[in-house]
Amino acid sequence: MSSQMNRQELLNHINQASFAVDDVKLYLDTHPCDTDALSFFREYSRQRNELLKEYAKVYGPLTIDTADISCRDRWDWVNEPWPWQEGGC
Amino acid sequence: MWNYEKRLQYPVKITQTNPKLAQIIISQFGGPDGELAASMRYLSQRYTMPYKEITGVLTDIGTEELAHMEMICAIVYQLTKDLTPEEIEKSGFGPYYVDHTLALWPQAASGTPWTATVFQSKGDPITDLHEDMAAEQKARTTYDNILRLVKDPEVCDPIRFLREREIVHYQRFGESLRIVQEKLDSRNFYAFNPAFDK
Repeated sequence: MSSQMNRQELLNHINQASFAVDDVKLYLDTHPCDTDALSFFREYSRQRNELLKEYAKVYGPLTIDTADISCRDRWDWVNEPWPWQEGGC
Repeated sequence: MWNYEKRLQYPVKITQTNPKLAQIIISQFGGPDGELAASMRYLSQRYTMPYKEITGVLTDIGTEELAHMEMICAIVYQLTKDLTPEEIEKSGFGPYYVDHTLALWPQAASGTPWTATVFQSKGDPITDLHEDMAAEQKARTTYDNILRLVKDPEVCDPIRFLREREIVHYQRFGESLRIVQEKLDSRNFYAFNPAFDK
C-alpha cells in the first residue's frame, strides 16, 4: 500500500502510527490487562514497523534497526538530513 | 540503554525567524518547568520506585520528554536560523548571541542556566508522584503562557501538541498515584515508605 506514497505522506503515516504506539504504551503501563488497548498496540506497532522498513528502503533509515535495509555504498544514517534541518523529519 | 530515532515526535516546520519568541520558548528547554528538567526528574526517580507499573510510567514518560526537548530545540533553532547581526541587535537577541552564537544552550527565558535544583527525586513514591503531577501542570501553564504570545500558526501547532501531552502525562501520573495508594494501608498511606522501610 505504501509504495504509492511520497516521502511526506509516508512520513506522516510513520508519525501517526508512532504516536498511537507512544500514547497507548503509557496507557498500558497503568492498565496492563486492557485487551482492547493491547490489540490497538499490536495493530499500530505492526504498521509502524512496516512503514519504517518501507521508508528506509526508499529514503534512508530513521532507526538503526532499519539502517541495513538502505545500506548501499555509503552510510545513509549521516547523509540524510537531521530532523531539525530543512528536508528533515 | 536508548536508541535514537531520526525524526521528531511531531513535525516542526517554521519558515519565519523570530528571535524574540525564541528567547521565550527556550524556557521549555532549560527553564524551571522545561522538558530537560522533566526528563531528568522522571529518569532519576525511577530507580527506587518499588512498583513495576510506575517504573514503566517514569521510564516511558521520561523518554518522551527527551523527544519533547528535541522538538523545543528544533523550534528555537528554526526561529533563529541564519539571523544577521542587524536582526540580532534589533530583536534583543544580543545577550544570548554573545555567549552562544546561534547554538542551543539550556537556559530559562530569564537567562538563568538549567539546574537540577528545579526538581526533586525524593525516594518516596507518594511524594515523587505528587511532584510529577505538579510538574506536568506547571509545564501546561508555561505552554498556555507561550501560546498567548505566539501569533505564528507554524509555531502554535507543535506547541499545542506539547501542551496536550502534559495533560495526558498528568492523567497517567494520577493513575500511578492511585495504584500506589491501593498497595498501601488505606487508613494511613504515610505509615511507612515502601521505597525504604521494610
